[in-house]
Amino acid sequence: MRSEYKLIFERSREGRRAYDLPECDAPDAMNEIPAELKANAPLRLPEIAEIDLVRHYTNLSRRNFGVDNGFYPLGSCTMKYNPKINEELAPLFDNVHPLLDAEMSQGCLALMKDMEDMLCEICGMDAFTLQPAAGAHGELTGLMHIRAYHEHRGDFERKTIIVPDAAHGTNPASAAMAGFKVKEIKSAPDGGVDLDALRAAVGPDTAGLMLTNPSTLGLFERNIKEIAKIVHEAGGLLYYDGANLNAIMGIVRPGDMGFDVMHINLHKTFSTPHGGGGPGSGPVGVKSHLIPFMPVPRIEEDEDGQTYYLNYDKPESIGKIKSFYGNFGVIVKAFCYIRSLGAEGLKEASENAVLNANYVMNKLRGIYEIPHDRTCMHECVVTPGELMQYGVNTSDIAKALIDRGYHPPTIYFPLIVHEAMMIEPTESESRETLDEFVDAMKGIAEQVKTDAAAIHAAPVTTPVGRPDEVTAARKPVVKFED
Amino acid sequence: MKSYVPNTQKERQEMLAEIGMKSMDDLFADIPADLKLSRPLDLPDALSESELRDLLNAYTIMNEEGGPLFRGAGAYRHYIPSVIPQLVARSEFYTAYTPYQAEMSQGMLQSLFEYQTMICRLTGLDAANASVYDGATAAAEAMLMLRDNKRKKKILYSAGLNPDVITVMKTYGHCAEMELVEIPLDSNGVTDVDAIAANMDGAAGYIGATPNYFGNIEPMSKAAEAVHAKGGLLVSYVNPITLGVLARPADYGADIAIGDGQPLGLPLAFGGPYVGFMACTQKLMRNLPGRIAGQTTDAEGNRVFVLTLQAREQHIRREKASSNICSNQMLCAIMTSMYCSVMGPNGMREVGEQNVAKAHMFAKKLCEIKGIKLRWPNTPFFNEFVIDVENAKDINDALANYSITGGLVLKDGGMLWCVTEMNCADEFDFVCDIIQDTVDNIGGEE
Repeated sequence: MRSEYKLIFERSREGRRAYDLPECDAPDAMNEIPAELKANAPLRLPEIAEIDLVRHYTNLSRRNFGVDNGFYPLGSCTMKYNPKINEELAPLFDNVHPLLDAEMSQGCLALMKDMEDMLCEICGMDAFTLQPAAGAHGELTGLMHIRAYHEHRGDFERKTIIVPDAAHGTNPASAAMAGFKVKEIKSAPDGGVDLDALRAAVGPDTAGLMLTNPSTLGLFERNIKEIAKIVHEAGGLLYYDGANLNAIMGIVRPGDMGFDVMHINLHKTFSTPHGGGGPGSGPVGVKSHLIPFMPVPRIEEDEDGQTYYLNYDKPESIGKIKSFYGNFGVIVKAFCYIRSLGAEGLKEASENAVLNANYVMNKLRGIYEIPHDRTCMHECVVTPGELMQYGVNTSDIAKALIDRGYHPPTIYFPLIVHEAMMIEPTESESRETLDEFVDAMKGIAEQVKTDAAAIHAAPVTTPVGRPDEVTAARKPVVKFED
Repeated sequence: MKSYVPNTQKERQEMLAEIGMKSMDDLFADIPADLKLSRPLDLPDALSESELRDLLNAYTIMNEEGGPLFRGAGAYRHYIPSVIPQLVARSEFYTAYTPYQAEMSQGMLQSLFEYQTMICRLTGLDAANASVYDGATAAAEAMLMLRDNKRKKKILYSAGLNPDVITVMKTYGHCAEMELVEIPLDSNGVTDVDAIAANMDGAAGYIGATPNYFGNIEPMSKAAEAVHAKGGLLVSYVNPITLGVLARPADYGADIAIGDGQPLGLPLAFGGPYVGFMACTQKLMRNLPGRIAGQTTDAEGNRVFVLTLQAREQHIRREKASSNICSNQMLCAIMTSMYCSVMGPNGMREVGEQNVAKAHMFAKKLCEIKGIKLRWPNTPFFNEFVIDVENAKDINDALANYSITGGLVLKDGGMLWCVTEMNCADEFDFVCDIIQDTVDNIGGEE
């Protein structure tokens, strides 16, 4: 099974080529550029024939694993099916230059405006910007709104963002990047926000609280109304991390829970593919009191309601967070998803995501430990529990799952659960897929008891074994050297 | 209604029964009743696949595009070899997540390692990350790298950076309480090097662009001298498709090279997704933001690729991370890497030469029209240049009647034109005739 795979650079042979350009119908003009501004050597890039290039990447793809290959219950990442029609339709806009005069790009502007309106309705917010390129980028953008809100009120003391210890790592990192201090609060024993800790944490320095609901434990925050009250009464704003929005579409809306600002991961909830780590898209929604601070440009209609235009004249805006208007191609795919499903279909997706998660959790009970055992939302968190006594840990179980044909769950997160495995099946999976996965988890638990060595050796079915990560970090090799 | 849920109503009921519930509503008992939405979402009706196709076509018809394009200004139309969209459509790549599980993600990890190598070879620098969102956010991240490395909040930047890049840097910079100092352009349309030298005291470094927003190729080695003389770092924002023919960042002493990879095989797509690249010297590697793929071995000694130097990143360091970035633009990064492999050293040189040749031919023709002048006739350019003309808006309106997109009208009334290998000599004649007519007609009316 094990096999190394040549780099494209190792396949290079002098003189081979895959490109062709038309004959140049203009006279050479390189003499117009002084020698000292020109390159002094050819680029050291591969020289390769087209067929070898095609085989290189085709075979590389076979050393990878996507949702189309199999079950991918990666918690907090919502690895749902990526509909093919959306892949086909997004490129319809590939040739539209972003700086066309607005009269020439009305279709793109209309689509974005329609998307903003639908996201407002789904989330219960008053306005959306599609500019942020990913979830963490949305967090940063949203936090900039909170900062601008306080600054415009002349309140420069609100420098602290409160983040529960169960939060995604991006939350504190985004808060720091937005110029805030981060105050972490401990979770209550039931996994929710500890209200006393929150009351103790808020004060005149509180800019806001970042919260994921359902939480990273996959549990709905039952005290959300009280939490909102505490934060608002202290003068802070409430930020909703939309990573787990797939649990609640059409059921409850962040805007109605009391959140002032939020982001969505279109590449999670709205089915756009993750691309192996991007491109994503992280639209940010706000309540009316934050609209003046939204990034420019805003898409607006002219007075007769006939034409869309881009309005850059927003003096209180935080500015721009990205070139142009966002990851438009990703936005189109999410738009297609929402238009395909409609209100009923979105709710059906959330209901089945939650049903599938509870179905899996229920079947794993008694085999793996469930630290917060109550009805979960779209994901559940389990641990090896007593299996640890056989000398295996969560990572070993993850690697054993690879050999059984599954992408492992998110592991070692949330941080507040020791040896966590966070399982998010999504609505895309059939009952028999879930049953087979549960059987695999049971099989691993059995093997842990009888043959722990085999679990330690996993994975054995992959092209390579477990990487030596310590050496990778200590003596980093980040590019190929001839 | 389209549904991507495989389980039938009957199966759902059975599954509910198995977990001791009667209805879907029981699953949501934790949600306070008064918060729950008591009505269906008010969204447009669900569409079948064929209806969806019609709807999207209706949006595309509202756009007017497809004719000759002479506009760049940060987004460039170059030829995209067909192998790129075909290969990137392998769903093992595009439906995967970030490669946390290295053993089953070698395809993506090796592709990223190759991408990083391509970026290092384009820029001549030592290390690259696996991408950030776009060129503008690369500039903002580079600004923070300078701050972290030098522990100084003052940074100089060129007025020749793309205005979007400047705005994004300011947006990030406001939060980081940076002191950003703009260095003006001189009479040749390139950054005033004396002004860089005069402002470097207390600064962590300087961020400049070549070619700059106006198309002018900047003498970056002079900027490097001015910056390094004061112990600062030089960041060069480059258009990567120039690097087959123009000097590379390492050649003139850049410490960090950044830019937008879009010209290398990515479609215009109304502004995104594109990809920001970042490369730097060995010394700065641990200040890089975001994912980095590295090489190591498994227990049998096989070469293995893995995400590395993660101690910089948000999921480990939380508020002390070098950046908050998590998802980036990996698929787009791989597309640029494929482009570099298709083109190779000779293709990159040829495409650069064609851009230079065609842009100069067109510029010459334009300037034969009375009343049109190059703004900076003595300054070398790659594929973009600025002309001064009285009636830029009328010219674009006239061209639009023939489905031609003319140069971008600048705030000061000038026009920024872009010519790539996708434009041809026949277009130049046609466009110049229309412009000549427009200029004549307006002249006649006066």
